[in-house]
Amino acid sequence: MKQWPLILSIARTHLLTKMKSTITAALGVTFGIGAYITLVSFMTGLNGMLDDLILNQTPHIHLYNEVQPSEVQPINRYALFNSDLLQIRSVKPRKGQLKIHNAPPILKNLKSREDVVGVTPQVRAQIFYLSGALNLGGVLVGMDILEEERISNLGDYIVQGSAQALANSDNGVILGIGLAEKMSLGMGDRVQVSTPGGAVFPLRIVGIYQSGLADIDNTQSLTTVQNAQRIMGEASNYITDIHIKLADVREAPAMARQLQAQYKVQARDIQDANAQFETGTTIRNLITYAVSITLLIVAGFGIYNILNMLIYEKMNDIAILKATGFSGLDVQNIFMSQALLIGLIGGLSGLLLGFGLSHLIDSLPFETEALPTIDTFPVNHNPMYYLIGITFALLSTFIAGYLPSAKARKIDPVQIIRGN
Amino acid sequence: MKTVLEARNIDKYFTKPVEYHVLKDISFTLPEGQFTSIIGKSGSGKSTLLYILSTMDTAYEGSLYLKDKLITGSSHKHLARLRNEYIGFVFQFHYLLLEFSVLDNVMLPALKLGLKSDEEIRHDAMEKLRMLHIDKLADKKASRISGGEKQRVAIARALINNPAILMGDEPTGNLDSYNSENVFQIFKQLREEEGLSLLVVTHDEDFARRTDRILEMEDGRIIQGT
Repeated sequence: MKQWPLILSIARTHLLTKMKSTITAALGVTFGIGAYITLVSFMTGLNGMLDDLILNQTPHIHLYNEVQPSEVQPINRYALFNSDLLQIRSVKPRKGQLKIHNAPPILKNLKSREDVVGVTPQVRAQIFYLSGALNLGGVLVGMDILEEERISNLGDYIVQGSAQALANSDNGVILGIGLAEKMSLGMGDRVQVSTPGGAVFPLRIVGIYQSGLADIDNTQSLTTVQNAQRIMGEASNYITDIHIKLADVREAPAMARQLQAQYKVQARDIQDANAQFETGTTIRNLITYAVSITLLIVAGFGIYNILNMLIYEKMNDIAILKATGFSGLDVQNIFMSQALLIGLIGGLSGLLLGFGLSHLIDSLPFETEALPTIDTFPVNHNPMYYLIGITFALLSTFIAGYLPSAKARKIDPVQIIRGN
Repeated sequence: MKTVLEARNIDKYFTKPVEYHVLKDISFTLPEGQFTSIIGKSGSGKSTLLYILSTMDTAYEGSLYLKDKLITGSSHKHLARLRNEYIGFVFQFHYLLLEFSVLDNVMLPALKLGLKSDEEIRHDAMEKLRMLHIDKLADKKASRISGGEKQRVAIARALINNPAILMGDEPTGNLDSYNSENVFQIFKQLREEEGLSLLVVTHDEDFARRTDRILEMEDGRIIQGT
């Protein structure tokens, strides 16, 4: 439309001659949007960090065998007692193997699926760490460490040594940092482990890892699958756990159910294992948005007030514009574009403010024992938030500008001119 | 002779504060190229009539024709367009947009009409200012010029779209005698040199006596001049 440059130039002149109110109104939006960007970046950064801490150490689907009692007890099979109420006291778990039956073909089959990004076998063994006269209970996990490093962020948590060093050695072990401290061991030292059966094996420490979760760091150490099988005295098909990473994590629950039925193993998916984390994330997001929207509503009222005042001051101008042939809609557009210009300018500087503040927070040191990979505050610089921010700014100024400008549209020029 | 404006049986009531019959069955025609003045005492309804004729006031009964076309009942948008194109208006108070320059004030209605390029409009506006001997003020802010100058700027603005009729509501009412005379001479010159139709409401009987035709109003009726 040809009229827009004219309407915008009138709007611009009004804004420039009322510089103070314009700046006040724009600052309201600036702080609203700036606070939104800062809050949402910081909050989602924290969420991401917490998710990393817990969820990324959890496989999308975990296949394992569980010790459990038989569902059908022998007495149930005896036809003579069919009509009786059977009561068995002190049911004991069924003696069975902890290994996953037929693990190698299952692994092969899973690897060939397209929706699976990676599959790693694990051998978990209960062992004791021998330190002088002391036996410390713990867990030795044999894993395909290089594949595990590829599909998870395990590598980030190995604070000394490397996964490659473990893969290259035939009796290496990566010790949890808590264990290493308890036993005063370091890189290159030897540690003796014993199986529940009493066999003792010496292992060489090729790395130390710190997951950030004390329970794990104090008990668990990592070695190769072959090593773990050798220590347990088991054959090379002895696999106790399978970790699966999917291309799309949302498919985990459905696929877990399917695998459980197909392979007759226990399958636990990530959402099942970490339901409470989702809740925490949702609530933090809710708080972020509630605070941001409140700030924007306050800014919106500021704009509403200032436009109302402006229109009151500009009654004569409005009458003149109407008398010389501007329609009510033109007048409304003049004031709407003022509101939107305030929103745009305030919003853009808000984005800049938010950008600056979130980068400032990002650069602040944040060191904690629990998180070896993090040395500054976590901030999520997602461009999407900037898009949402500017949309928010325009939307709130549009709403705040609408009522006063609709009033301007309806002003009767005759009343103004004759009333003088 | 062509008519510019025709009113047929115009009635108007005020409902506030009490119902009051302000215009009673007013009919008249304005031929092209005539300088007409409306006089009457305060409260006789002359300004009310003028605002109805200007299309800004739409709450009346009867019908109004602009250049032989019925405009009563048109949409506000359409009326705004008609005002923009055919009617120039000069008020008692100068009513310029004070934050804009003199030139911008004069250009605005033409920019709104949008028939010419910005360059042509700027040129036309300078022409009008020159004609009224205020071209020196073009770049000044409208808030920085004197009352007489403001009224001349308002006249230049009213003329920018070469309207069919120029209306004035006490255009000299707020000016000293020197500036009043000046404005009158400008109107007269427009009528003689450009053949412009003029309709002016005034208190000033000297002013009215020198126009082509006087409509005298009393108690909502035209008692003389039709």
